[in-house]
Amino acid sequence: MRYMLMHRLDQTNAAAWQPDPEFMAKMGAFMEEVGKAGVLLAAEGLTHPSAGAQTITVKNGQTTVVDGPFAEAKEVIGGFGILQVRDEAEAVEWGRRFAALFDEVAVEVRRVSEFE
Amino acid sequence: MFGIVDPKQAVEAVWRIEAGRVIAGLARLVGDVGLAEELAQDALVAALEQWPAEGVPRNPGAWLMTTAKRRAIDQIRRRERFERNLPELVHPAEADTSDFDAVLEEEPIEDDLLRLIFTACHPVLSPEARVALTLRMLGGLSTVEIARAFLVPDATVGQRISRAKKTLADAHVPFELPVGADRAARLASVLEVIYLIFNEGYSATAGDDWMRPALCEEAMRVGRVLAGLMPAEAEVHGLVALLEIQASRSAARTDPSGEPIVLLEQDRSRWDRLLIRRGLDALARAEALGGGTYTLQAAIAACHARARTAAETDWSRIALLYRDLAAIAPSPIVELNRAVAVSMADGPAAGLAVLDPLADEPTLRNYHLLPSVRADFLLRLGRPAEARAEFERAASMTRNERERSLLLSRAAAC
Repeated sequence: MRYMLMHRLDQTNAAAWQPDPEFMAKMGAFMEEVGKAGVLLAAEGLTHPSAGAQTITVKNGQTTVVDGPFAEAKEVIGGFGILQVRDEAEAVEWGRRFAALFDEVAVEVRRVSEFE
Repeated sequence: MFGIVDPKQAVEAVWRIEAGRVIAGLARLVGDVGLAEELAQDALVAALEQWPAEGVPRNPGAWLMTTAKRRAIDQIRRRERFERNLPELVHPAEADTSDFDAVLEEEPIEDDLLRLIFTACHPVLSPEARVALTLRMLGGLSTVEIARAFLVPDATVGQRISRAKKTLADAHVPFELPVGADRAARLASVLEVIYLIFNEGYSATAGDDWMRPALCEEAMRVGRVLAGLMPAEAEVHGLVALLEIQASRSAARTDPSGEPIVLLEQDRSRWDRLLIRRGLDALARAEALGGGTYTLQAAIAACHARARTAAETDWSRIALLYRDLAAIAPSPIVELNRAVAVSMADGPAAGLAVLDPLADEPTLRNYHLLPSVRADFLLRLGRPAEARAEFERAASMTRNERERSLLLSRAAAC
């Protein structure tokens, strides 16, 4: 089964969006670990909303496009990874290891819908 | 399930992630894979006792390894005392593990993991034993899970594993990587085991609905691990590519009642694009490194994966790939497949020319696909009487009721 790990970062926390070499090295080691474990199917990191973010909303059939990520969100998605794991506990364990790389982060672990 | 993950499940999740590495590291220390696995299991039991109360340690893999190492030292000391009848000088709990740490730091754990894979797939073991040991030691599967997957009693799997460990010990199989002439054959055995595990899940002839897909995923996971450990081996990437592309069709290959749907009739919107992309990437790596039989099979699978509709399939390329495959791994089945591809590319007469030399092939004598493919060619050539006879011959050969009635109805329609 597949789980998506999404991490949310405070968009006002500049340091979190411009990681230093030490953090990059830790992240690199983690990505290597999860890659070598054979469970990582895909992963991407997102840029800070200031580098490009639009939100498209449909309400009562009316489509609007507004600047920025979801309104009033202090925390925005910083990236995601898709893992193929045996169960939720395994996805949570990888999520825990990923989260431990940060000083402050929220990692959401969600089951990916697949054809039965 | 909401809320905090059950602590026992959390421990088991760590175990599945770490089992291979812990067992591999221990095997180098104690020189015996069976003993290493038992020590690692002991550490798992300790974790199941301690972590739910104390929380999962920051580096759970290292915790498991340290705990298992202490037990290894315990055992070695006990054995030494027994053998030499020496008085106890050091309490095992205070045992100095620095020598062990030094051994472990000499070489990266990855090398041990690779040794473990090769040992679990050693040719001295039966294929069933290789599969069971690989799942147990590299996949962290329990005996019960393996038994469920293969629809055999737990005790059978337990015996299979303990016998396999004994066989390895009796044969004095060293915990080393094969070198020289032995290497290619040993790697072939490793790849075969991974493919066996995958096919056991994929063929879905029987077995638990939950464990079967898990076998496919487990095979893919071990394949990807191996590709990370042996990045220069073409056929490792070739096998990974083959598995990813085959698995991409999982959701499309049966209808809602569970009946198989043949490749060309599958709903391609149900093919998994992510796995296809991964498969094509792995295939590119395999081909750049030289390829082999798995790579060629993956390349054939990739021709189907790239075609948005069945009509867009590049059959000329598939025919060429089957020719290449037949050149390095000749087999009447490959030739039969090549005949089908040639018929799709160049018409039924060309297909028949490839097929007819197979008529006297002893291994295909009772194989219903030979006359049924021939019948199809003849029908397309406008020779219905001959086609009808071939469909009937095919029907008389198959033991599958559904297939028989399908073939008979095609015969009647000629």
